[in-house]
Amino acid sequence: MRLVLAGVLSVVLVVSACGGSDGSSDEGSGGGDGNRTLNVFAAASLTEAFGELEKQFEAEHDGVDVRLNLAGSSQLASQINEGAPADVFASANEKNMDKVVEAGGVEGQPETFATNKLTIAVPPGNPKGITSFADLAGDDLTVVVCASQVPCGSATEEVEQATGVTLSPASEEQDVKAVLTKVELGEADAGLVYVTDVTSAGDKVESVEFPEAEQAINDYPIAVLAEAGQSELAQQFYDLVLGRSGQEELSKVGFGTP
Amino acid sequence: MLWIPAGLALALVVLPVVGLLARTDYARLPELLTSSASLNALQLSLVTAVLSTVFCVLLGVPLAVVLARSRSRGVRVLRAVVLLPLVLPPVVGGLALLFLLGRNGFLGYLLDVTAGIRIPFTTAAVVIAQTFVAMPFLVVSLEGALRGAGDRYELVASTLGARPWTVFRRVTVPLLLPALGSGAVLSFARALGEFGATITFAGSLEGVTRTLPLEVYNQAEADVDSAVALALLLIVVAVLVIAVARPRAVEGRP
Repeated sequence: MRLVLAGVLSVVLVVSACGGSDGSSDEGSGGGDGNRTLNVFAAASLTEAFGELEKQFEAEHDGVDVRLNLAGSSQLASQINEGAPADVFASANEKNMDKVVEAGGVEGQPETFATNKLTIAVPPGNPKGITSFADLAGDDLTVVVCASQVPCGSATEEVEQATGVTLSPASEEQDVKAVLTKVELGEADAGLVYVTDVTSAGDKVESVEFPEAEQAINDYPIAVLAEAGQSELAQQFYDLVLGRSGQEELSKVGFGTP
Repeated sequence: MLWIPAGLALALVVLPVVGLLARTDYARLPELLTSSASLNALQLSLVTAVLSTVFCVLLGVPLAVVLARSRSRGVRVLRAVVLLPLVLPPVVGGLALLFLLGRNGFLGYLLDVTAGIRIPFTTAAVVIAQTFVAMPFLVVSLEGALRGAGDRYELVASTLGARPWTVFRRVTVPLLLPALGSGAVLSFARALGEFGATITFAGSLEGVTRTLPLEVYNQAEADVDSAVALALLLIVVAVLVIAVARPRAVEGRP
């Protein structure tokens, strides 16, 4: 009896696992007519802004469920190239958008919808008195940055080159939110993150802006995907992001306009 | 009847690895594996996983004996607590370690102000994180074996006049060797694959805290081929360890 049960269970598991991967974009919750799902793949730094835009879009489109898949841009790009069901892709840098473009996954041309730049995140009150990028090279500071493989890390490298200041970080984190966490928890004295990350962290960290950040401005491109199951809705979401209310939401959390 | 679910189970384990093998860029393999970042990560992984296994054995064996032999009621609660790292998501484990040993954690703060010792972002933090997640594997395998074996031999040994330490050394440990072997292999494998607690508690820096799994994740951001090659290396190391140590341990020949 137990064996049969185990067998049935494993079959169910395998079948449901297979079913999940090719989930078409109309598997809405209600199952009635007109229920459509729009899958938006967006960089993790867009969490707050796109969360607001999701609400707006759903309010304006009856029966439409926007699903945000928020992760590092390079992960999203690989997921899209491996065939994940996505209608819109908003990347935190051009490199990862290019990966999808090169694989033929983009409908038309990607468009830059926002810019972001680095800032120094420090614990509230700035206990170490950091005022400039050069201060980060101090010996007794625990500084955390992004690994050079991810967008915030390559921006950090560009700033280092532009300023001639070489940092010796305690850790090179895999994404910008991990850097922020280390500062929020007080493990790091300072971390290099995006302006928008400090906005979203509220009063848990403070920002020390530095002029050299202008040397490494990140462009955020957005595109409708070639394999989009809901290409019309995807185009409308794309227009919303590039339109006036989209740009307003983005600037509220600290993004620059392209 | 059995072979259908058994086959499915095997397929679930083997097919993803086959997929990995199929995607490996064998022409670039030597170059990808001998980069200094890969070699540093491999060395760090082997050293920390061995150290963690040693700590698991040194601390886990006494704990398993206490859990298996004690008749007090509190032991049941203790056993559940020991299993906690098994069920905790590793990232949560990493955060918990930070809250204990981080600069603002109660023990970490004491260490910092009294001795100037800071644990996060060091290789020691990697070993602690790995020991934390791997310990239950050792304790569980040992405790099971101890309960299975019962305490007849130990009782006889002590009635024959052996002191407790002698009983432990000459009777308990030899009886336990097979389970100890398989428990240690499991712990080593778990330590080798440790990711979440390490990246949360120890960070990620080449040569200091960036072990193979972290390097795989790091490379996956930029060069998937390189990540696949490293993943393959990790699998080879794990399979070697299991192949060499596990059969002997499981079949009861230490």
